[in-house]
Amino acid sequence: MDNVRSCIAARVAQELKDGDVVNLGIGLPTQVVNYLPEGIKIIIHSENGIVGAGTKPAPGMESRYYVDAGGQPASITPGGAYVDSATSFGIIRGGHVDATILGALEVDEEGNLANWIIPGKMVNGMGGAMDLVVGAKKVIIAMEHTSKGAPKILKKCRLPLTAVKVVDLIITEMAVIKVTDKGLELIEHNPKYTVEKIQAATEAKLIISPELKPTAA
Amino acid sequence: MAKIITVDEAAEKIQDGMSVMIGGFMGCGNPHSVIDALVRRNAKDLTIICNDGGWPGFGVAKLITNRQVKKLIATHIGLNKEVGQKMSAGELEVQLIPQGTFAERIRCGGNGMGGFLTPTGLGTIVAEGKQVVNVNGKDYLLELPLRADAALIIGYKVDRSGNIWYRGTTRTFNVVMATAADLVIVEAENIVEVGEIEPENVVTQSIFIDYIADPSRGWRIL
Repeated sequence: MDNVRSCIAARVAQELKDGDVVNLGIGLPTQVVNYLPEGIKIIIHSENGIVGAGTKPAPGMESRYYVDAGGQPASITPGGAYVDSATSFGIIRGGHVDATILGALEVDEEGNLANWIIPGKMVNGMGGAMDLVVGAKKVIIAMEHTSKGAPKILKKCRLPLTAVKVVDLIITEMAVIKVTDKGLELIEHNPKYTVEKIQAATEAKLIISPELKPTAA
Repeated sequence: MAKIITVDEAAEKIQDGMSVMIGGFMGCGNPHSVIDALVRRNAKDLTIICNDGGWPGFGVAKLITNRQVKKLIATHIGLNKEVGQKMSAGELEVQLIPQGTFAERIRCGGNGMGGFLTPTGLGTIVAEGKQVVNVNGKDYLLELPLRADAALIIGYKVDRSGNIWYRGTTRTFNVVMATAADLVIVEAENIVEVGEIEPENVVTQSIFIDYIADPSRGWRIL
C-alpha cells in the first residue's frame, strides 16, 4: 500500500472484532471501514446521534437530515437507531463503545493524549473527544508518526491534554506501539523502517518487544 | 397548549442580553428559519449555548457574523474560522465544554438535578476550579447544571399541542434543551394534527413547549 494514510487505516482495521461498537474520529479514522477483514462487521457509533451508521451516501442520496459527527452526509444500516446527544454520550461514558479511533497532536509514554488545542494557534474545541477517550474500552490513536519530521510520540505531552493515561495503542505508518505500565512497547514495525529509524522519529524511549514482528502489508 | 406563531414573532421574544440555547449539530437540526428571523431582529449581547459555531454562512454562524453574540458556550468551533478570529480579537467570549458534559449539564438543568459526576476532563484544563469527588476509589469532576432564558429547537413533525418527532440525526441537543429553558420555542418543519404522532413516538412532549414557530406563516424574505 503506497498511501501512508490508507496503510494506517488498513492496520487499524485489523484491531476490530466482529460486533464491536466503534467510534471513528474525523479524517483518517473514517477510512478504517474500507479495510475491515472479510466477515468482520462493526457497529459504528457516531456521537451526534447514530448507533449503526452506514457508509457515505452515494452522490445525490445525501440528505440534510442525516449527518455524521463531522457534519458530513451519513447513512444508517438496517437495525441502526438515532439517539439524542445525552443518550449518545451515556453510551460513550457508560463503557458501551468497544473502541474509539482518533488522531492526535501528541501522545506520550504514559498514554496521555493531546488533540484539541494549540494555544495561540489553533482552537478547535474538544467536541466529543474527551468523553470518547475516557469512556471507550479501547483507545487507538491512528496518525502519521511525525509532524513533518517532528516527533509526536513524546516523553511527556507539551500541549494541553485531552485526557490522562487513556491511550492503549498507537498505529502509524512506521509502527504499532502498545502503551504499557512500563512505557511504550514497539510490537510491530513496517519493514520499510528499521527499529533505529523508528526510535529516531520517536522522542519517548521505545521498549522493543521480544515478539517484535513486521506489520503485514 | 403551545401557541403557533410566525418565526419573526418567535425572534421578537428574544431580548438583548438573553442566554439562548440553540439545538442542532453542525447545522443539522438547527432551527434555521428562527435563526434567520433572529438575525433580522438583530437582538444583541446574546449568550448562545450551542454545540458549535456552525459553518461560515450557515446556522449559528449567521448570528456571530452579525455581531449579536457576546458569549458562545460550545464544544467545537473548528468548522467556523470566524469564531476563532473574533475570540482572538476579543470580540467574542468562548467557553468550550466537552460534548458529553455539555449535553449532561443541560439535561441536569432541565431535570431538577444539582449536577453530576463525570470522569471526563480529569487532569485537563477543563478540571480547573472544579471540585473533584471520589466515589468508591474513583475520581470524578463535579459538573453543574446549565439552563438558559430561552431555547430555540426544531422538530420535523410538531403537532398542534407541541409534541415533537425528530427526523434522522436532528435530535441532537434539541431533546435536552427543550427541558432546560424558561421559554421554549420549536420551529416546526411540518405542523400536524394532534394524534398524528403516535403517543409512543413522541420524543419531546408538548408540556415543554411554549410556542411553535411556523416558517410557512408570515415569512418575510430580506
